[in-house]
Amino acid sequence: MSRPGLQGRSRRIGLLLAAAGLCLMGYGVFRGEMDIVFEKAVRICMECIGIG
Amino acid sequence: MDKELNKDIDKTSVKVSNKKWDKKSDKEGNQKKKLAGKTGRQPSEWPRHGIQLLWALITNSYLAGFLQGRIYEGKLKNLCVPGLNCYSCPGALGSCPIGALQAVIGSRNYQWAFYVSGFLIFVGALVGRFVCGFLCPFGLIQDLLHKIPFPKKLRTFRSDRLLRKLKYAILILFVILLPMFLTDILGQGSPWFCKLICPAGTLEGGIPLVFLNSAMRSAIGWLYAWKNVLLSAIILASIVIYRPFCKYLCPLGAVYSVFNPISVFRYRTDPDKCVSCGACARACKMNCDPVKNSNDPECIRCGLCKKACPAGAISCGWKERESLSD
Ligand code: SF4
Ligand code: SF4
Ligand code: SF4
Repeated sequence: MSRPGLQGRSRRIGLLLAAAGLCLMGYGVFRGEMDIVFEKAVRICMECIGIG
Repeated sequence: MDKELNKDIDKTSVKVSNKKWDKKSDKEGNQKKKLAGKTGRQPSEWPRHGIQLLWALITNSYLAGFLQGRIYEGKLKNLCVPGLNCYSCPGALGSCPIGALQAVIGSRNYQWAFYVSGFLIFVGALVGRFVCGFLCPFGLIQDLLHKIPFPKKLRTFRSDRLLRKLKYAILILFVILLPMFLTDILGQGSPWFCKLICPAGTLEGGIPLVFLNSAMRSAIGWLYAWKNVLLSAIILASIVIYRPFCKYLCPLGAVYSVFNPISVFRYRTDPDKCVSCGACARACKMNCDPVKNSNDPECIRCGLCKKACPAGAISCGWKERESLSD
């Protein structure tokens, strides 16, 4: 039941991935993806509500 | 002679310490038995529901939207919220990550959504499905629906485990592949999960907007009817089964579930304290067993098992600890 070290290793992978996620977010913002998100989110989404 | 005496002394001290050890382990055993006998009561979930409600109210606090039948158009919509919260909900201040992911993948200009996938990786790697337990309004709705009394609640059934894989198929097909490849002549893909499945969009966006806005009312057709049928089925199923949408269908839950085993915030079960009473597994409504796997992909980090454990063997947090089961 006890696997010492595994907790620490998983946690470190988590930290690394969180940092990688931040970098990807930054890259996406740099490419201008946030504008697409904004444009989609400020108009009523016909697909979401079941009309489009 | 001296050597023999020493041997005798060693033997007696071993015997004495063995006796002490036996007594100690007897005592521990008795204590464990007593603790194991203390199980049974289902702990309260209302403190967690309070947090869920507060989060849902904060992130859906655009009152003018509800009063005038329109949606918020401010700068906050640049940002995603962690849970499944439709951006067409009249009160929503942020963007739904699953809607946003499809919007960017389906757009003419981009093949992949780095901003939204980076956000999901960031949140998932930090807290995993804690989002499902605490920060998703649609999770809260299902939690509350399950409190409605029903003569025979279904805890599990034969293909339960197999059906849970369906959410991964929905993520890959409806959220990624269809918006990416099924495009119109302009190269624009539709958000197929929103269009055909998402009950959060129907409940949080479709129903209030159609109710409040006469132009929307005149535009409804078979798609609206289909989405309402699906929503009704999920509502009814939620009364009988705990969180059926989260278990079997939600693509956002599928994304976060992948990160549960490695997320920084995690659950731990201390094998030295555990009395193997099974109270944690019995308390868990997602059918996980924290003794076998404290960070099961299906665990929504609700904390029920931690509260149910009579030995205080389950803990959670951000810090590293040794000798604990994973
Ligand atoms: S599985 Fe989906 S709907 Fe359920 S709580 Fe998680 S994000 Fe929300
Ligand atoms: S294992 Fe514990 S924290 Fe996870 S879902 Fe079950 S009861 Fe909640
Ligand atoms: S971890 Fe589970 S099985 Fe072990 S003592 Fe606590 S409730 Fe009982």
